[in-house]
Amino acid sequence: MKIWFRNVWPPLVAVLFFLTLWQVAVQLLHLDTWFLPGPLDIGHEALTNQENLITQSLATLQLTLVGLLIGIAVGLSIALILHFSPLLKSALYPLMILSQNIPTIALAPLLLVWFGYGLLPKYIVITLVCFFPVAVSAMDGLTRTDPMMRNYMQMIGASRGQIFRKLEFPHALPAIMSGVKIAATYSVMGAIIAEWIGADKGIGYYMMMQRSSFRTDRIFVAIMIIVLMSLTLFTIVVLIEKWLVRYQPQAQADQK
Amino acid sequence: MHNHPRSPVSASLALDIQDISKTFKQKKQHLQVLDAISLQVHTGEFVSIVGPSGSGKSTLFHIIGGLTAPDHGSIRLHDQDITGQKGHISYVPQQPALFPWRTIEDNVILALEVAGVPLKEARQEAAQWLERAGLADFRQAYPQTLSGGMQQRVAFLRGLISRQELMLLDEPFSALDAFTRSDMQRWLLDIWEENRRSVLFITHNIEEALLLSDTIYLFSSRPARPIHQLHVPFSRPRSEDIIEDPEFRKLKKQLSHLMREEQQKGMDFGRLEGNL
Repeated sequence: MKIWFRNVWPPLVAVLFFLTLWQVAVQLLHLDTWFLPGPLDIGHEALTNQENLITQSLATLQLTLVGLLIGIAVGLSIALILHFSPLLKSALYPLMILSQNIPTIALAPLLLVWFGYGLLPKYIVITLVCFFPVAVSAMDGLTRTDPMMRNYMQMIGASRGQIFRKLEFPHALPAIMSGVKIAATYSVMGAIIAEWIGADKGIGYYMMMQRSSFRTDRIFVAIMIIVLMSLTLFTIVVLIEKWLVRYQPQAQADQK
Repeated sequence: MHNHPRSPVSASLALDIQDISKTFKQKKQHLQVLDAISLQVHTGEFVSIVGPSGSGKSTLFHIIGGLTAPDHGSIRLHDQDITGQKGHISYVPQQPALFPWRTIEDNVILALEVAGVPLKEARQEAAQWLERAGLADFRQAYPQTLSGGMQQRVAFLRGLISRQELMLLDEPFSALDAFTRSDMQRWLLDIWEENRRSVLFITHNIEEALLLSDTIYLFSSRPARPIHQLHVPFSRPRSEDIIEDPEFRKLKKQLSHLMREEQQKGMDFGRLEGNL
């Protein structure tokens, strides 16, 4: 508990310091709320608008979680297929990288044209954002199997499937989880972009509404919620990782 | 006791390697690694292969394990042709190669799992073996919390518990420091003399080979072939004290001399190759 506290207080003090600085600057410079609201205004707005914000946040959270899960599943499936087929890998890997160079913000309106205002285009946007880090880190992890462990498995006559299940996959798990961590932080962004394009609820939608009425304080509230949501998702993934990778792979890395 | 049909006629022969040759072809270069190797391991016999490094001993293990196909020759196991077939041997590698995400117990049962033995049965057996090997306290520990010597013991148990009667040991002590090494030799001697599995053991260390083996094959440098065969005359169970025995020292000197000659030849050959 003490160690936890020792790790937490420096960033906490830093954040408090910057918030105070912000508040003082806003008051001394007499800035208008529509231009730059102070932290106190933002906090006040968040509290008075609580009910609506919670409804909007829950909508976004649900969209994010489902999209993230689909993204992880797609990423893992692609990694597995390409891992088992070197030909497909050499054919599709460049395409996969290419897919990341298409700006999501440009693609989203097209998806809307093709798939309408339902959930499908939104899931597609989040999946496009999330599958890549998972697929790349999983493929990477799967190809980096320890050669001595592989040699052992082959010598005792393990089949290709057994080598995958008992060696390659568990060996790649820490790498896969790093990919999932990145995907989790991206997923909230994906959901917000999806909601900007066309939605009737969610934090992204809320942001668009407030922007057109110059409610800068409410936009800040939305940003705050997005940050909190990303952080929470990230923390949950880290906890899952700690549970899945109970042994310490870093000890293994130290030996090398 | 398990799925090995042994004909009574040649039941005494665990492993029969006949005339194995292997040349690796890379682009237009031919590299002959093994040259007409024949050797036998009788059931319950401890056989060592001693040779200069880089003499292709690991290639021989890969051929016995079925990972590499020989150009010529056959591998027979308990009178059954297994040339090019996998899954007939038990193996202890150079490095322990324990899986860091598995506990010690789960590492020990790996070979049984691969062979399709039910988990419950495998775990029970592993618990007994760990108990006997003095590792019972570490059953639920992860490998990286154990010292190198302990890890190698676990790797050895993993081989010992396996249903495959013949064990291949590929320089299992080479990564250990001298003290741990002699500790491990004594431990291996004890546990092997209790169980008498058929063993083919690769090592660089002549003293180690003399201490542990019934028969020693001295291999030439590349291409490898047996140039000398020695039946170790000491009785069992052996104590470590035999290394002080004059006969032991004489044999050690003789083998060291032969090996040094081979190593010299290998180096000359290497120099010749370098000039070409």
